[in-house]
Amino acid sequence: MSTPALQARGLVKRYGRVTALDGADFDLYAGEVLAVVGDNGAGKSSLIKALSGALVPDDGTILLDGAETRFHSPLDARRAGIETVHQTLALAPAMDIAANLFLGRELRRPGPLGGVLRLLDKPAMRRQAQEQLDALGIETVQHIGQIVETLSGGQRQAVAVARAAMFGSRMVIMDEPTAALGVKESRLVLDLIRRIRDRGLPVVLISHDMPQVFELADRIHIHRLGRRAAVVRPGDASMSQVVSLMTGALRIGEDGAPPDVSGAE
Amino acid sequence: MANSTATAGPLRNRTAEAFLHNPALGPLGALVVAIVVFSVTTSTFLTVDNLSLVVQQSLVVATLALGQTLIVLTSGIDLANAAIMVLGTMLFARLVTEGSSPVLALVVGFVVCAALGGVSGGLVTWLNLPPFIVTLGMLTVVLAAGRLYSQGNSWPVTDPVLGLLGEGGYLFGQVRVTHGMTLAVVMFALVWYALTQTSWGKHVYALGNDPEAARLTGIHVGRTRFSVYLIAGVIYAFAAWQALGRIPNADPNAFQTGNLDSITAVVIGGTSLFGGRGSVLGTVVGALIVAVLRSGLTQAGIDSLYQDVATGVLVIAAVAFDQLARRRSR
Ligand SMILES: Nc1ncnc2c1ncn2[C@@H]1O[C@H](COP(=O)(O)OP(=O)(O)OP(=O)(O)O)[C@@H](O)[C@H]1O
Ligand SMILES: [Mg+2]
Repeated sequence: MSTPALQARGLVKRYGRVTALDGADFDLYAGEVLAVVGDNGAGKSSLIKALSGALVPDDGTILLDGAETRFHSPLDARRAGIETVHQTLALAPAMDIAANLFLGRELRRPGPLGGVLRLLDKPAMRRQAQEQLDALGIETVQHIGQIVETLSGGQRQAVAVARAAMFGSRMVIMDEPTAALGVKESRLVLDLIRRIRDRGLPVVLISHDMPQVFELADRIHIHRLGRRAAVVRPGDASMSQVVSLMTGALRIGEDGAPPDVSGAE
Repeated sequence: MANSTATAGPLRNRTAEAFLHNPALGPLGALVVAIVVFSVTTSTFLTVDNLSLVVQQSLVVATLALGQTLIVLTSGIDLANAAIMVLGTMLFARLVTEGSSPVLALVVGFVVCAALGGVSGGLVTWLNLPPFIVTLGMLTVVLAAGRLYSQGNSWPVTDPVLGLLGEGGYLFGQVRVTHGMTLAVVMFALVWYALTQTSWGKHVYALGNDPEAARLTGIHVGRTRFSVYLIAGVIYAFAAWQALGRIPNADPNAFQTGNLDSITAVVIGGTSLFGGRGSVLGTVVGALIVAVLRSGLTQAGIDSLYQDVATGVLVIAAVAFDQLARRRSR
């Protein structure tokens, strides 16, 4: 059994009286697409926020390639090569696409212009941003200098996904990346997820779209009431079984429940 | 959400987009119109001497507005800037009058102004207090400190170093250019560079846009916000030095409306009070518009109260325009 690329044990996060994470476990293995499903408010976003440094859990441990890690800020996770598409997208609306793609890791000119005068390399950022959008087949965006708030909801989502795909070097986490996308754009994102996996990076995909989950995922993490209720393989379980596990109508270990593969490899 | 960019009114949207990219365009147009109107309607406005005077008169408020621009871009506001500046003038003048060297007085004044900016910034950043309240408190405290320190007097500017920025020479033998004007150009250029050509500037805009998004992209939101207030404090010290080039005495009751005047310049210059949008160029234009209006209306023989009316109307128009341009682009 190989070490998970990213592992969490007993994560707890409380917001006042609301417990968003209630001892949640998580395992992501190298090269897999792991879908995370669960009802609204189950704590999926809270889970991946803990895994991407966006929130510091009250309790529990996170292990990166088997080594215990503490992310104090999103920057820590980013530096570890974990890229995240947050449900809120985390874009600056009044800035253009290129600036948003490079937000927080702008490129500087080589030599003293960048080193001493801190001059940004805007042409390079624009060029790379355009190349990235072209490579991803994102054609709906007309030009890289467009202000993000003038984009449609789907286009904005495409920008956020492009950013994660561009910089993810260890794993990519996506929180409902296709929620606002049309059929064609959704397909683009799904293709993109496959391509990220083919690059050898594991992907975490939060989605409410069951057919999409069953098409893409290697394993499905079912989240319920702030913790992991079960992990199943799409081949072993039916959509209705997964939905039953999500809502609590079915419990793992019960007769008729699919086999749990939470620790599997 | 509908894709309005592709469907409805491409021309209208392109105009809106141009303004979004450069919110200083509108104010710049207004400035040009004002200059043309006053040049045609009065015989005294369009003279080299008068134009130079207009610029000199706008220097202090423009410099205050430069610091204010930085803070407003982070969706903050600084009500204490003029009070900090006035305290700076008191320090400069009194220390020199009491025998310290002008350079030492300048250093002390700069350090105190920067520290006061830093106090506001620290309270806003790490105690999460609203900038309006923090700087309102600072305004009261610093104003009182200035009066206490003045001992009820105004202190004369006796040293040439303190009055330096009011000195200057003549360009082409006839255009009066003071050192203060040169300094202001350099400062505006530096802040423009920092805001538009460096990561720091991008981070200032990003956190003004959406602090949570900025945090999630790994930007040091707290550090950046604090640096903005600190730099603004330094800029207010420069404003204090500018002021001593224009007034014969450091007076604790001077520039009473400096804070509001600086906000006026920032807003007329097209910088959004909601943060994340605006430019230094806009603030230059905003400060010039106010000065041009004052000068032009005075020369047209119009009562100064009407000048206030005109300025007030402009502020509201600028904010309305900001809202309109943004709504169109959606
Ligand atoms: N910042 C917060 N403050 C207070 N409560 C929060 C906060 N963030 C999340 N919660 C609560 O934590 C619980 C889990 O929220 P979370 O966003 O993780 O759910 P989710 O599974 O992502 O739901 P959805 O499918 O709707 O995105 C919810 O009850 C929510 O109200
Ligand atoms: Mg969520």
